[in-house]
Amino acid sequence: MAVGIEILLVSPWTVAVRLFHLIFERDFWPTVFFSILRISAGFFLGLLLGTLLAVLSGRSSLMETLLWPYVTGIKSVPVASFIIISLIWLKNSQLAVFISFLMVFPVIYSNVLQGIKSTDPALLEMASLYRVPWKRKLFYIYIPAIRPYLLSASSVSLGMSWKAGIAAEVIGVVRGSIGEKLYDAKIYFLTSDLFAWTVMIVLISVVFEKTILFLLRRIFKRMENR
Amino acid sequence: MKDLILEHVAKRFGDKTVLRDVNLVFPPDSVNCVMGPSGCGKTTLMRIIAGLAEPDSGTVTGRPEKISFVFQEDRLCEDFSAAANIRLVTGRSVTDGEIEKCLVSLGLDGSAHRPVRELSGGMKRRVAIARALCFRPDLLILDEAFKGLDEERKQLTMERILAEKKGRIIICVTHDPAEAEYMGGKLILLDKPEQRELGGSAERIIT
Repeated sequence: MAVGIEILLVSPWTVAVRLFHLIFERDFWPTVFFSILRISAGFFLGLLLGTLLAVLSGRSSLMETLLWPYVTGIKSVPVASFIIISLIWLKNSQLAVFISFLMVFPVIYSNVLQGIKSTDPALLEMASLYRVPWKRKLFYIYIPAIRPYLLSASSVSLGMSWKAGIAAEVIGVVRGSIGEKLYDAKIYFLTSDLFAWTVMIVLISVVFEKTILFLLRRIFKRMENR
Repeated sequence: MKDLILEHVAKRFGDKTVLRDVNLVFPPDSVNCVMGPSGCGKTTLMRIIAGLAEPDSGTVTGRPEKISFVFQEDRLCEDFSAAANIRLVTGRSVTDGEIEKCLVSLGLDGSAHRPVRELSGGMKRRVAIARALCFRPDLLILDEAFKGLDEERKQLTMERILAEKKGRIIICVTHDPAEAEYMGGKLILLDKPEQRELGGSAERIIT
């Protein structure tokens, strides 16, 4: 066994130094952007489809009933099972997109649907009396009602999408991804690399979450000020 | 516009009879005030007239297409401005200038672009009334619409509503005899069956 090499645990200083060196390596930023691109694509896909299908389910109970087994299935099946199935179905590079989508979709769908269901019935009655068209009802009544649900669901699912997306890259050994770097660190006992990349993942995840929530709040604010 | 006619309208909630054999005629260009003790079915009657509730028996004929209803609660979208709340029901059928003018006429100068949540209770009430007026309804129902307004604002608001009575049916529910007197027109007294005393020249309906 190598003496003097930090395998089980590395000091924060070593991690900081290793991260500093990693940043200047040629493939560092392409690796980071590769994972950001795929995981964020999965997140936005989940956000868009989750919201859209929740709105449709809010309008039609048949739609809600038809989607229920799929949403429940996605929530209950272990993410590792999905990753392994996806390895058979999909290209390696699409893996993180699909897995982060699967993490985000049920959270967004369930929360937005809950928001739609909790819309003030008095406001809806007023809108129906004045024969307000559906598009205006959506903008003025439904969107403000789903806003807190959507923001809270986005906050939760952003972290989940990063965790699951990176796990998928590790299991799938996706070439050129952060997951591949973590896999290499495991194979070659590069614990300092493992910690340095983990710190990087946490940083990206936090920045990503703050940016997305800031943008969503800005969009809602602009809607109110219209 | 035709007469709005209620014939033998009845409504029960469980064992409780709220309305029994109500017969009323509301001609166009008329102002009608509905008074009565709490729980005698005034709001239920208004909801039936507006088509928001179905009577158990009886018919409502001649209900106009465009109905405005100032509910007992404001029912405003709190995050949006007063102008946006009016725009919600009118769409592009009224101009920004008309909305502004209507709000000013109700004493809401400078409030058009303020979020409703920042307005006082009385101001919210008047925004709800402005929304009802800007919709340009054929039938305007005011269910205790002046509740919470001070005397000066109340009078200003009633004047503004009466200025719009041409070509409309206005039905105003109130507990306040002074409000009913100011609004004028026909007075409809809804009573619980145990209360029998008649007052003035009012049309009296025992529910």
